[in-house]
Amino acid sequence: MIALIGLVTLTLVAVAAIATVMATNLFVASMWFGIFSLLMASNFFILDAADVALTEAAVGAGVSTVLFMGALALTGEKEAIRSRVSWFPMAVLGVLALALFVATFQQPMLGDPMAPVHQHVAPWYLEQTPNLINIPNVVTAILASFRGYDTLGEVIVIFTAGIGVLSVLSFKPKRRQTISSEALAAKVRGVQHHSILRVVGKLVIPLLMLFALVVQFHGKYTPGGGFSAGALFAAAVMLYGILEGADRSAKAMPEKVMLRLAAFGATLYTSVGLVCMLLGGAFLDYNVLWPDPVVGQYFGILLVEFGVGLTVTTVLVMIFNAFANRPTY
Amino acid sequence: MLIAAGLAILVAMVMATIRGLKGPTIYDRILAMNMFGTKTVLFVAVVAYLYERPDFLDLALAYALINFIGVLAVLQFFQNREARQAARTAQAVPLSGGEQDGASS
Amino acid sequence: MMEMIVDGLSWLLLAGGGFFVLVGGVGVIRMPDLYTRIHAASVTETLGTMLILIGLMLHSGWELATFKLLAILVFLLFTGPVSSYALGNTALLGGLKPELGSQDPSKEGRDL
Repeated sequence: MIALIGLVTLTLVAVAAIATVMATNLFVASMWFGIFSLLMASNFFILDAADVALTEAAVGAGVSTVLFMGALALTGEKEAIRSRVSWFPMAVLGVLALALFVATFQQPMLGDPMAPVHQHVAPWYLEQTPNLINIPNVVTAILASFRGYDTLGEVIVIFTAGIGVLSVLSFKPKRRQTISSEALAAKVRGVQHHSILRVVGKLVIPLLMLFALVVQFHGKYTPGGGFSAGALFAAAVMLYGILEGADRSAKAMPEKVMLRLAAFGATLYTSVGLVCMLLGGAFLDYNVLWPDPVVGQYFGILLVEFGVGLTVTTVLVMIFNAFANRPTY
Repeated sequence: MLIAAGLAILVAMVMATIRGLKGPTIYDRILAMNMFGTKTVLFVAVVAYLYERPDFLDLALAYALINFIGVLAVLQFFQNREARQAARTAQAVPLSGGEQDGASS
Repeated sequence: MMEMIVDGLSWLLLAGGGFFVLVGGVGVIRMPDLYTRIHAASVTETLGTMLILIGLMLHSGWELATFKLLAILVFLLFTGPVSSYALGNTALLGGLKPELGSQDPSKEGRDL
């Protein structure tokens, strides 16, 4: 049964991937990419990886589609047609694909308990989490506590990506005289004249924000955590930008505040680590935050997940505002 | 019966993909994406009960919300295309050599 | 006895929901025009969703998950028709004309 579902979804993944590449209209390609992302999320869900499925759907089908639309609004929809086929890169790719395909036959079967990956660290995590951290969601425990240093790296990477996008988009075109963003927004009040969409959409925004907060702070008990919550909260702000105009969402979430909050999120994470060092433990060793180590872990995970969620939200909102408020390339 | 419902939803997903591949206009493909999103919500809800883990329903809720936002973003882009092109060509300073505007659609 | 009735009802609702989802899927493939396809897809979004989710709610009993399913149902019922409306409106404003039947008067009396 699960094998059949997996077979169907993986076939659809292959179909969606081929359709994404073969579409010459970039608009169609970005929509196929949304379908691909939903299919991958279903696959992760079948494999019992709920946190990854949640984040993949929120980022791939929601936020990515909005950002692609923003980018396509600035550039254009037709892909440049290549007039000649390059054989050498295709041959290299073919050889690599064949090598990977042959290599998959050497892998252990899916879910094999004797596989090497299930023998060393994974059982230790599963056995020790109730003793050391005592939260039901082991994924959050590994992400925020056992492997907290890697997650710190991820937060810094996200922050750097935000700064990179902003620095690229701050290049102002000199040759074209562009109209201001308010004038453009006044002309393109896209879905704003549809009262039905505005009313229903505005009902959705607070629900979505509330759900994002639930996912953030319940990350210890249900699938979730900082990354998915950040993507969901950013999706709520993007919905507001779509319904009311991008200039209003830029006014509601100004770039300077977002930049400082993004830096604050990454700083919060690092400061928790430094406070642990000042209190006598190692860097990011949450046991010393409270006399009872388990409660200390609880507080540590709460604070660092909040830092992660804050950074992810503000970076995605900054990127959206930067794209949507730009009149031309 | 959960299995039968799950299989029916899978078949509907396949049909939505076929429509997305065949659909002559762009709106057919938007329809396929929207339908795919709602089918994924139902699929996640049914399979969560098949796995006897009802705490996976948060995913279904998140997907329902995200699907709505994706469709609205696509439609808003579409409706503003003409207005944005008019704004762009009205303000473009003509250059020598005929610089090609990227948004010739 | 009560559980048997609830189980049977849930079984029936899930079967009906699956059937309507299939009907909508077939309709999306076979319908001739975009607007008729939107109508077919909206059958799966509203009727299929309602039957399947109510069937799942009966299957799960009085738990927290039931209220989550209720939230999902209310949410999909709010936003599904709105998405279909937005799509139809955009298509109409974008210039896609619906395929109307032939206005040939000689075929007037043919449909039973």
